[in-house]
Amino acid sequence: MMVKTPDIKLKLAAVDYVADDTLSTALQLAIDLGRPLLLEGEAGVGKTEIAKSLSTILETKLIRLQCYEGLDASAAIYEWNYQRQLLSIKASENFAENAKQLEEHIFSEDFLLERPLLQAIRQEKSPVLLIDEIDRADMEFEAYLLEILSDFQITVPELGTIQATSIPHVILTSNGTRELSDALRRRCLYSYIDFPTLERELEIILARIPNIEQELAIQIARFVQELRKEDLEKIPGVAETLDWAAALIGLNTQNISDEAEQIQSTLICLLKTEGDVKSVSPEVTSRLAGKAA
Amino acid sequence: MTTKMIGFVDHLRLNGFILGPPETQSALAMMRHTSGDINADRQSLKTLLTSRREEWDGFDGLFEAYWSQRGKMHHQWQKSESMVRTTSKLPRAWQDHLDEQGGSNSKYAPQIEEEGQDQTDGQASGRLVASDNRALEKTDFRRFVNAAEIAESEALACKLARAIRYRQSRRQRIAKNGTRLDLRRTIRANMHHGGEPIDLRFKSVPDHPVRIVVFLDVSGSMKHYSRFFLHFVRGLVCQWAQTDAYLFHTKLIRVTDTLRHKDSMKAMTNLTLMADGFGGGTRIGDCLDHFNDQYAKKAINSRSVVVILSDGYDVGPAEKMATELKRLKKRAKRLVWLNPLIGWKEYMPVTTAMEAAMPYIDLFAAANTLEALSALEPEFAQL
Repeated sequence: MMVKTPDIKLKLAAVDYVADDTLSTALQLAIDLGRPLLLEGEAGVGKTEIAKSLSTILETKLIRLQCYEGLDASAAIYEWNYQRQLLSIKASENFAENAKQLEEHIFSEDFLLERPLLQAIRQEKSPVLLIDEIDRADMEFEAYLLEILSDFQITVPELGTIQATSIPHVILTSNGTRELSDALRRRCLYSYIDFPTLERELEIILARIPNIEQELAIQIARFVQELRKEDLEKIPGVAETLDWAAALIGLNTQNISDEAEQIQSTLICLLKTEGDVKSVSPEVTSRLAGKAA
Repeated sequence: MTTKMIGFVDHLRLNGFILGPPETQSALAMMRHTSGDINADRQSLKTLLTSRREEWDGFDGLFEAYWSQRGKMHHQWQKSESMVRTTSKLPRAWQDHLDEQGGSNSKYAPQIEEEGQDQTDGQASGRLVASDNRALEKTDFRRFVNAAEIAESEALACKLARAIRYRQSRRQRIAKNGTRLDLRRTIRANMHHGGEPIDLRFKSVPDHPVRIVVFLDVSGSMKHYSRFFLHFVRGLVCQWAQTDAYLFHTKLIRVTDTLRHKDSMKAMTNLTLMADGFGGGTRIGDCLDHFNDQYAKKAINSRSVVVILSDGYDVGPAEKMATELKRLKKRAKRLVWLNPLIGWKEYMPVTTAMEAAMPYIDLFAAANTLEALSALEPEFAQL
């Protein structure tokens, strides 16, 4: 299509998303082939963010469907507006409308509430459809999704089949809390997003926090890289790194090895469980800070 | 190019990738517009042909092996294919064993338990000293001989299975006597009343059968218990269609079909023969690995309960077991570990294997007496 791989990388960089070659190739393919892209990876590596950035560079709408257990068609696809239907039935009582007319009236587009999936296929311009944390939805929903993702059409019994006016760019994310079905996996292109390398993380910090000193950014990136090698329950992601960097700037930190106390107290930005907070003692912190400096 | 690509997809398939002809086609279509840059092409193919983390991580190595030293790897691949063909001629029960063997010679060698493992477990079973309680309910299963007790154990297994059989889902279905109003159907159904809602339609949360997957350790250290547990497992399998049973020691064998055998005596004899043939050490990690690779996808869904009956004396590395339990836990809803040793007074789950396993276990309970098993019923109901 219109965007080429190096372009997509540059364009993403322009909206402050630092993508590596793997991810930009995957996005490129997804756009070219018109197939959904399944992104897996630890929490906080930028899976959701990529969809937002993609919608910005394609200058199109982002439609997001957050999955949860028990998510069903009426929350994901469409629902009739029952309140309005009932009101309309009441209101038309006095006008001798026959049942058929009434039925046609209350089951018309006016009474249809579009949920994200229906919305996504009825846009003028292909939107980015983000199906977030698909592993949280149950198997039944996954099966339903398969149909929509392969045919891009939705059948509403009262209205008939609604064909897609445009094929959305679909991005699915999963944290791997549950195994997804092979059928769904086969429909999608796949990419695994790992924690960024030192260079990429540095680029991300510099891109996202423009007013940061280069030196501090390098130290932060190194520190986090070292911290990830420790035995932690929840390894900090990029989002955490950015939070921490912002906190350090707020506290006016110049050099992380000089201000041990401040570093220790701001570590709550990176460590999200009690066990991790305990295991990273001041000694560990200063050792890591020493390596990072 | 086409032949090479088909060869490559085949090469991936042999390495456990799930790929069909459409994938080959897409890969070929993609290569027709190749940029000539091998790295870019590798990335594209990786995105197209992988679909899970393990495949993602292994792809680069396989790609490298196939395309850069093509002759060599191709040769190996052909060899491995021919081996697959040979093994498939062997009796089913042996297939499970043979698939895992690495070298070509060992494929055909008889499976002999290593002496070393026997000894480790010999020590372990040396510690299986009886508790002296004579009361029937409290008799340690090792003393079971009585047919009535065996029947009781099967009945108990059924009860436990029933306790976990149904779990509620949050999804709602149409139901005659449901609790919530189904507005959509109510409005549709009342069109002929001029839309006045007279006939109400309801929906409710349906019950979903829970699948049970049970693993029975039949290694040397468990041999006093395994006969009894075989009956217990049989109780679980026969009553409910959705139970899957496996025996393991150093290898894993699926026994669901054997257990379903109509003639119960024959089934038990078959099984006892199978189980007696084992009796060596335990490699829980390897067995679970085998399960995760081969059966897990079909056998387990997110509503499954996995029951492991084992004493946790493992000769394999504890980390391996922990990794595999983690993988298992990701697929299954609940993990239950029944350990006959817990019933003993001074037992603590101190073997490294047991310690490594603890974080992934939802229910860790005793299983050495009938009383202990029946005490599990309310706990199972809560799973």
